[in-house]
Amino acid sequence: MFTNRMINILIPIISVILGLLSGAVIMLIFGYNPIAGYGALWEGAFGDSYFFGETIRMVTPYILSGLAVAFALRTGLLNIGVEGQVFVGWLASVWVGVAFDLPMAIHLPLAIIAAAAAGAFWGFIPGILKAKLGVHEVIVTIMMNYIALYTTNAIVRHVITDGEDQTENIADSASLASTWLAEMTFYSRMHYGILIALFMALVMWFILNKTSRGFELRSVGYNPFASNYAGMSVSKNIILAMMISGAFAGLAGAMEGLGTYGYLASKSGFTNIGFEGIAVALLGANAALGVVLAAFLFGILKIGALNMPTVAGVPTELVEIVIALIIFFVASSYMIRWFILRFKKEGK
Amino acid sequence: MNLFDILQSIIPQALFFAAPLIFTALGGVLSERSGVINIGLEGLMVMGAFVGIVFNLTFADVLGSWTPWVSILAAMVVSAVFALTHAVASVTLRADQVVSGVAINFLALGIGVFLTKQWYDKGQTDMVSRPFYTSDVWLLSDIPIIGPMFFSRMYTTSYLAIILAFVVWFVLFKTSFGLRLRSVGEHPMAADTNGINVYGMRYVAVMMSGALGGLGGAVFALTIAMNFSQSTIVGQGFMALAAVIFGKWHPLGAMGAAIFFGFAQSLSVVGSGIPLLADVPQVFLLIAPYVLTILALAGFIGRAEAPKSLGEAYVKGSR
Repeated sequence: MFTNRMINILIPIISVILGLLSGAVIMLIFGYNPIAGYGALWEGAFGDSYFFGETIRMVTPYILSGLAVAFALRTGLLNIGVEGQVFVGWLASVWVGVAFDLPMAIHLPLAIIAAAAAGAFWGFIPGILKAKLGVHEVIVTIMMNYIALYTTNAIVRHVITDGEDQTENIADSASLASTWLAEMTFYSRMHYGILIALFMALVMWFILNKTSRGFELRSVGYNPFASNYAGMSVSKNIILAMMISGAFAGLAGAMEGLGTYGYLASKSGFTNIGFEGIAVALLGANAALGVVLAAFLFGILKIGALNMPTVAGVPTELVEIVIALIIFFVASSYMIRWFILRFKKEGK
Repeated sequence: MNLFDILQSIIPQALFFAAPLIFTALGGVLSERSGVINIGLEGLMVMGAFVGIVFNLTFADVLGSWTPWVSILAAMVVSAVFALTHAVASVTLRADQVVSGVAINFLALGIGVFLTKQWYDKGQTDMVSRPFYTSDVWLLSDIPIIGPMFFSRMYTTSYLAIILAFVVWFVLFKTSFGLRLRSVGEHPMAADTNGINVYGMRYVAVMMSGALGGLGGAVFALTIAMNFSQSTIVGQGFMALAAVIFGKWHPLGAMGAAIFFGFAQSLSVVGSGIPLLADVPQVFLLIAPYVLTILALAGFIGRAEAPKSLGEAYVKGSR
């Protein structure tokens, strides 16, 4: 009745339900009406085409940053550095977008590829340190986040512009924005990036499941010693995995740079796209389809929550707690698994 | 400006920035020595900062000049209890410790900003009226050269941090409690066979790291930030984690690393006044601590060896 595969699908679903239920309990404790609260959230995400467009806009980078984390996790690496890779990707895409004047057919792909390459380079450093020197990738990627933050700020201020806090807008020929999509959604910031994001999900599934390189990557993640014995190069695969993961993250940055904003402003803190990516990947069980679904869930929660204060009086920040609890329940899947198996035994 | 002037402006600044990192890093050392990875240090600092500020704002009229001290105590207690969630998840429920830590980070920030909105009806709290103030140490601050460098315009919390590092070192390496804690992190099965309660020790260690992380967050809030918002604690917890590893999981090493980070941070603040450093673009000073940590990890400053069972849940009876 409950196969292992089914339990793996049930765990994220149960976690989401438990997370939302806990959110409802918190609303009750603070004297709000949970039905009105979640109703407002639903309205805020799907209520009219503007909200819907904004939700899709939010989902786009989440899919890519989720894929970045998930790809690394599938190969046994925890890439906390997605945040920094998003930054350098954003920077590279905007830089190409501002600096050149080319026909769109060359300019846009070039800007996107630049972002992926920048992200891949930012992933290469922790990758090679892990592969050659055995340095734990978690700490290196955390450090790389800060280096990315401060360096991109400095480059925006002193290299791309002359002391300004924000770059110029990118040329139209490098933009993912579309008047057609914007008009259809009451001038939301929805852009073509969603197509790229969905395509990349397909790419990840294909690489990991349908190519021999993908098999090697996963195999190294499962058991580096056995893989080595079977003649695979562990260090090469680790570096490659970090680079591909970084490239996904760089693309997430390009979505913001070429799609949503069209510029890069110097930032005082992180965008959280990368950190949310960890949550997305965990909830999506590191599978391409799961990541897409989880990204949609988080996009809906984040954008829908903006509607909660005005309609139901519930602070937007409630959603942060709900997301945190969902992750917590996914992390504690041992407990859920135990309950399911217990249930199974009694059902017999 | 001569060397003494430079040191006089840098050293108090460095210790000022380092104190919160030292507290939190000590918490990290305790938790990781017992075998539990604590990526959640950031969240524990957020919780500490939040509780410290809210307590301070609420009780400033009642407690008078004792307010900041009672505030950091309250922050320690609440954060220790909050850390229980990490302990339950990673010790009892055998959750992936990194994932659980990430959840702690999200959860602390979520609770903090939600309650701030709920109680103050805006994105950040008011400024506290009774933070910590600098003071000169009686008599010692009159010593020439050393006095102005180490004993004047200092926060008491900076001294407390350094003293605490030695206390943690003593507990960890000179008491039987410390030996047990370390053995649980190195080889839990052997420890269990010797009658040490592995789960109990890990719970205690994680809760102590919660208390110290909360202390670090509260001290940061009451010396540097002065209020609480979404962006009060941005990365200090991860810095503390880096200090733990840079310091090779040793309390005094972690303290040294934290002071070094504080030093780098103070350079980026006061650097413009120092002749040699004024010409260096600020970005290099800003990224220096992170680059140096990576270099240290890459083995240029000696190899760091993690506790053997770090990150592994202990399942009783398994081999």
